[in-house]
Amino acid sequence: MRYLPLTPDDRAGMLAKIGVDHIDALFADIPSDRLLKHLPTLPLHKGEIEVERVMGRMASRNVSASSVPFFVGAGAYKHHVPATVDHLIQRSEFLTSYTPYQPEIAQGTLQYLFEFQTQVAALTGMDVANASMYDGSTGCGEAVLMAHRITKRNKAVLSGGLHPHYADVVHTLSQMAEAECVTLAPDVSGREDILSQIDGTVSCVVVQTPDFFGNLRDLRAIADKCHANGALLIAVFTEVMSLGLITPPGEMGADIVVGEGQSIGNALNFGGPYVGLFATKSQYVRQMPGRLCGETVDADGTRGFVLTLSTREQHIRRDKATSNICTNSGLCTLAFTIHMSLLGQTGLKRVAEINHANAVMLADELDTIKGVSVLNQSFFNEFAVRLPGNASHSVEQLAARHIMAGVPVSRLLPDAGLDDVLLVANTEVNSDDDRKAFVEALKEIL
Amino acid sequence: MLNRQGRPTTPGEAAPSDHKTFTGNKALSQIEPLIFETGRLETTGVDYEAPKSFTSRLGGFERKSEIGLPGLSEPEAMRHYVRLSQKNYGIDTGLFPLGSCTMKHNPRVNEKIARMPGFSDVHPLQPVSTVQGALEVMHTLSHWLLELTGMDAVALSPKAGAHGELCGMMAIKAAIAAKGEAATRNVVLVPDSAHGTNPATAALIHFVVKPVPVREDGTVDPAVVASLAGPDTAAIMLTNPNTCGLFEKDVVAIADAIHAAGGYFYADGANFNAIVGKARPGDLGVDAMHINLHKTFSTPHGGGGPGAGPVVLSELLAPFAPVPFVRHTDDGMQLVESVDEAANHGAHAFGRMTAFHGQMGMYVRALSYMLSHGADGLRQASEDAVLNANYVRACLADLMSLPYGNRPCMHEVLFDDAWLKDTGVTTLDFAKAMIDEGYHPMTVYFPLVVHGAMLIEPTESESRASLDLFIATLRDLAMAVKRGETERFTGAPYHAPVRRMDETRAARSPVLKYTPPQPILQAAE
Repeated sequence: MRYLPLTPDDRAGMLAKIGVDHIDALFADIPSDRLLKHLPTLPLHKGEIEVERVMGRMASRNVSASSVPFFVGAGAYKHHVPATVDHLIQRSEFLTSYTPYQPEIAQGTLQYLFEFQTQVAALTGMDVANASMYDGSTGCGEAVLMAHRITKRNKAVLSGGLHPHYADVVHTLSQMAEAECVTLAPDVSGREDILSQIDGTVSCVVVQTPDFFGNLRDLRAIADKCHANGALLIAVFTEVMSLGLITPPGEMGADIVVGEGQSIGNALNFGGPYVGLFATKSQYVRQMPGRLCGETVDADGTRGFVLTLSTREQHIRRDKATSNICTNSGLCTLAFTIHMSLLGQTGLKRVAEINHANAVMLADELDTIKGVSVLNQSFFNEFAVRLPGNASHSVEQLAARHIMAGVPVSRLLPDAGLDDVLLVANTEVNSDDDRKAFVEALKEIL
Repeated sequence: MLNRQGRPTTPGEAAPSDHKTFTGNKALSQIEPLIFETGRLETTGVDYEAPKSFTSRLGGFERKSEIGLPGLSEPEAMRHYVRLSQKNYGIDTGLFPLGSCTMKHNPRVNEKIARMPGFSDVHPLQPVSTVQGALEVMHTLSHWLLELTGMDAVALSPKAGAHGELCGMMAIKAAIAAKGEAATRNVVLVPDSAHGTNPATAALIHFVVKPVPVREDGTVDPAVVASLAGPDTAAIMLTNPNTCGLFEKDVVAIADAIHAAGGYFYADGANFNAIVGKARPGDLGVDAMHINLHKTFSTPHGGGGPGAGPVVLSELLAPFAPVPFVRHTDDGMQLVESVDEAANHGAHAFGRMTAFHGQMGMYVRALSYMLSHGADGLRQASEDAVLNANYVRACLADLMSLPYGNRPCMHEVLFDDAWLKDTGVTTLDFAKAMIDEGYHPMTVYFPLVVHGAMLIEPTESESRASLDLFIATLRDLAMAVKRGETERFTGAPYHAPVRRMDETRAARSPVLKYTPPQPILQAAE
């Protein structure tokens, strides 16, 4: 077997050195009636060619985003990632390293985490960011629990514009943690009345911008009312690229900002692995979940980086920890950081402008189709359109014509009465021809 | 000696090796500034044309403040991150005996396959008809995991080990609630030797953690479990093989004791690599167990993630598995994405762990690993992992102290610091001296149940020659301790890119991001 260096002679010699005559002598603590007598009923080993063939056959049964005009978003976005990023993250020293618990031989990881934290803090307009969460949705759940710790209350109010999967994650976690969680009804227009929900019993309000339907939301009044009532505002985003162009939540009074970082550096990967971004104000840093990298010096006084404030974490604090998180999204944060370093603020702003321009052009063209209407007042690169019929049905018809039209809202909100609403995203990867193909095909099927 | 062009071909008189350089660099070991110190705000490493004119629909939310993040050209970025990488130790650098972390070889064909456009470039919300192959990967992976564990169902979506623990404990909480015992059954037994994630997970969802003392042989006593278990017991969280490197020989009796009290048996599967193909958790009374695909099934640790933590469930817990899950029907693969839809199929899904469907990129790598090994290779890998750990034990037992005696271990061997007593060298010093010798240290100060723990897990990826050199190195270090050469340890590392770090300073006044230096104020004139 190509991954196992020991030869039969090695094994025999090593057993002799250990002083046993059979490998099963080392498994003697397993009750003998539970030790497997036969191999599991699974296929035997395969060579690399055969593995590639089996896996390649499965890969070929999926339609990849690059092979078609592609307008699917709703929390994960198709963007161009420079080739440099994927090359660098495959360097052995990054790919095959562990959590940097031995900082003297992990300065590479620690320095990029420090760069990552700096980038996330700047993008969100917050004081500090951690070294990542699993993804935006789990980060959102952790943010709610963090707010409960800070406010010593346990009621969260979720905007109806929060991504439904995120809301489900928060609900599940809240239910299990015996906390209260109220979700407003989905509102395509983004005009919900969340202010009336805020009172002195509320721990936190969770608002996404751009919201699930693409609307840009004003957080300032919500932040003010939260703060007047001793509650925290948690701002969420699922499209980090928007922060290149729109007012960051930190400038609108958010106390915790969490979101999905996939768009920068990371592939679609059918939903994971992604990278959760988590930022807050300085005064709450000791209540944060997850790892934090900090600057320090070594014995010679040379600058270096270490994991710090770990007395918040499970391996030290056990059942008193701020979270149970251990492994996070290391390599995805590296991809994020490299892509963000290549973009810089200049490149990020430019690519964000292209996203917005492409979405505006598409929205304008779709709006001219009879029976189709764009429902948003504002948006970044994704918006909601009402179709004359069932959106799922249209998506299937367009998929048969090799166009990925978007996400029917009913897939995530089956009971919201929005069966005719389609979420459409347009990023820098679609050409003018792709856009026109979509518009023409939609006209034909309607 | 000079060649005919006058180029010296032998070294001349050499200066001492602590020779200082102008740059501070030491050849391949380069000092690398932060990108914020070298990048420029107007620079970018991507080329995009400005969009054609259009009317903004941002609704007045244009970002007016400067983001303040510099960019790098492509060659600058390449060099920056390559230089950073050279300050890191990975499995490909050398032996990485980090106990309970299973730092095994990461096959590169798995990386190649994960990057096939049919896997990496597929959106989680595309029509199900366009992702049948992705669902087939999930279905096939589930089949392998169930065969190897002897369990009834699997929840694939948890994102890492601790997230898998959370998922398993949520399933247990849901099952307890379904029996109407939510108010009374809220205690979780956790042995002292457990990973910190276990008590943290239980506490996160409002279970009360009750510690279980570990007996003198390093394992859990079923009689103690039976005495602690009662009508308030929700579950026990037991790592098996445990973090002392031992298989819990009374695991069946422990399972019986918990079940007799009406509780559930959660197994931490972090150490599953020791027993794949040798024993099945389902045959040992386990009700839920997470599997770290990034440990046992070789998906790269990536400097701390991403991982993946699928949870296998017993027949009792299977109905409570979270959404989403895949169903294999006559019409192909279907994805059940909501709790209501799950109910239509007779399930009582407790909710959702994460957006979308989990760590697909890790599923692909883990399945590729499993196909490569096959049933025979997987069992051989576990046997080799156990053999390698015992070989290290047998070769060091005369110099270093074994808290539970010189007896067979599983895939990792635990030493303590009794042998370092009164030497002036601590476990941490010993670990840092290993760095100078070119090794990543073992896990230190964990598990907490022994003093100055050193937990060595060589994995099956090491050859005998590699182990022999490692053993010889540790023997040399141990002899140096005994000879009183304490400086070799207390000042270590001497040869790493940086010396030992001041962790207290980092925590006392945390600097968690780069802040540009303030302009120096003019001195008062």
